[in-house]
Amino acid sequence: MSRAETAVPRELGELRTPSPLWTFGLLRSELVTTFRRWRTLALLAVLAAVPILVGVAVKIETSDGSSAGPGRGGGGGGPAFIAQITNNGLFLVFTALAATLPFFLPMAVGVVAGDAIAGEANAGTLRYLLVAPAGRTRLLLTKYATVLAFCLVATLVVAASALAVGAVLFPLGDLTTISGTRISFADGLGRSLLIALVVAASLIGIAALGLFISTLTNSGIAAMATTVGLLITVQILDQIPQLHALQPYFFSHYWLSFADLMRDPVYWDDLTKNLGLQALYAAVFGSAAWARFTARDITA
Amino acid sequence: MAPYESDDSTIAGEADDLRAGRRKAARYVVPVAVVGVAAATIGLVPALADSGDPNLPKISAQQLLDKIAKSDVQQLSGTVKVTTDLGLPNLGGLESSLTSAAGRGSGDGSSADPTSKLTELASGTHTLRVAADGPDRQKLSLLENAAEYSLIHNGKDVWGYDSQSNEVYHSTAPDDGAARKKQEQPPATPDQLTKDALKAVDDTTSVTVQGTAQVAGRDAYRLVVKPKDSGSTVGQITVAVDAKTGLPLKFTLTPASGGAAVVDAGFTQISFAKPAASTFDFKAPKGAKVTEGDQGEHAHGKAKGGLKGVPKGDDRHGTPGKDSGKGPDGMKVLGKGWDSIATFDTGGKGVPSGAEAGGQFGSFLDSLGDKVTGKFGSGTVFKTRLINALITDDGKVYVGAVSKDALVKAANAG
Repeated sequence: MSRAETAVPRELGELRTPSPLWTFGLLRSELVTTFRRWRTLALLAVLAAVPILVGVAVKIETSDGSSAGPGRGGGGGGPAFIAQITNNGLFLVFTALAATLPFFLPMAVGVVAGDAIAGEANAGTLRYLLVAPAGRTRLLLTKYATVLAFCLVATLVVAASALAVGAVLFPLGDLTTISGTRISFADGLGRSLLIALVVAASLIGIAALGLFISTLTNSGIAAMATTVGLLITVQILDQIPQLHALQPYFFSHYWLSFADLMRDPVYWDDLTKNLGLQALYAAVFGSAAWARFTARDITA
Repeated sequence: MAPYESDDSTIAGEADDLRAGRRKAARYVVPVAVVGVAAATIGLVPALADSGDPNLPKISAQQLLDKIAKSDVQQLSGTVKVTTDLGLPNLGGLESSLTSAAGRGSGDGSSADPTSKLTELASGTHTLRVAADGPDRQKLSLLENAAEYSLIHNGKDVWGYDSQSNEVYHSTAPDDGAARKKQEQPPATPDQLTKDALKAVDDTTSVTVQGTAQVAGRDAYRLVVKPKDSGSTVGQITVAVDAKTGLPLKFTLTPASGGAAVVDAGFTQISFAKPAASTFDFKAPKGAKVTEGDQGEHAHGKAKGGLKGVPKGDDRHGTPGKDSGKGPDGMKVLGKGWDSIATFDTGGKGVPSGAEAGGQFGSFLDSLGDKVTGKFGSGTVFKTRLINALITDDGKVYVGAVSKDALVKAANAG
């Protein structure tokens, strides 16, 4: 990098004091580019299909009147909340999120985050973006904001699809929390929205990690593969009992704590730990991505 | 620096490059600093938050015992963390399938049956939530991964709800006050454990007050209960008693052999406000499988029986298995207080020794226990960190919270 590049802002510094509107324009164009990609749409379609599959499977399994999920003896079969779906379609939202959070959602986020910088570099468009002139920090922030927007959209797609399928296939109504108390349907809807937001926030960590990896390489595929590979590795390590001292620091360790929102009263301990951990990952890998991206040579 | 950029470099340019290079490297200080700050926060905040032991007026052990006895907390809600480490091998999945099989075998096969659920408390760390509002309404919830098991007592109904399998267990509580009083506190809370432990206090026990502590944000006295005899495997029991209400907040049982506590149950958060009425209001959810239990007294007995892995005062009086109502006939108690040993004659052959069983199975059996010999003949001692058992080759069983030597001595005498 280059005096040439550091020099440009220095010289233009007086001429160009970019307005907030410019940042907004950049963000908008990034959002449009990302969400218009066939790849992104295909990922969202896969995510939307998961609740449909779960819903139809439960419907077929219980069509003879038997109950779904782990029946007698309560083995650990199936994702959380699956036993309650037949009685209340709203539980399909929780089941679908519990089923997609360990792998599908973070994988989709890993693909989008890994592609963010490396994909541009791969396609040879990164330097044009920087010439635009966007400024490296600004571009990085915009990219991260776009990835976070994708986290939220992906989670909401799963939740909305699950709610629609649940409403079509199963009855809706007042629901019983896992603590055994009853809450109204409106309250239940509110909680499922809150759960969707918490799930989206759970992905902040891997989004930052993916973005950092994306600044390390010029190959979009390599960045995506590394991010998803790391995700799988961490998920496996999280299952090994001997590593219990390390596990609280894995970004995926508290992911399923969103289920604590269905307790009454809500059990906040793990939820706050989860959000704090995600913020920490965002700070560490966000600043690492910044350090790398603002200091590296842009050759493509 | 990319090589082509140095084409037109001057000396000043090189100095610039060097500076720029340092600046670039300096950027990596930011993520490293973030990690450092986070690590420091994680390390230091608990230490700083620990404001030291509170200053409380002096109190004698007897006064404190009176305070506990008089404690009459009717309304509370809180979170309890229970860690049990009996030193049993960790069987993992096998264990849970065994316990659930046992729970099923004992009755109706509902996973919401208190017996099968509360057995889980006998090992590992668990988070419980308790809520109470007077003698008629209590709730105990066992927090699991994305699921919860709740035991709710409301008036004459006792409900067990397992959210994972969506099964409900229902029984009716006895009407008479005494029985209800017994049922009042869920087992495994610091309160209940303490009351059971204090039943064992007699002249073989030393009870002292040793300083103060802060538990769940409340000032508490530390009551230390210690067996005077050396034969017991119980090292000491420490109870943190709330200075204001006299409610035991934390119960820790340390074995004489040292190491981690065998039972450690303490509130991590507690409130003495009246819990919301809806907490105790349970209706079986639509579609849930409801299992009707027996009368409440029985359910209570089962619930306690399920916890028999957790040592309690009753057990130390030498009647293990009393709670489950299945204690073998002809049981005798030798000694008294902490050193008491329960003994009974199975009439059988005892455990086959490794040589008799032969082969690999034999050595497996031998690895489970220690062979001992004495005047009584020979036998095998099975050890946990708290309870030891001697099974002689002629079928006599000696069980107690005492050391191996004490068991052999008892067998020699008997």
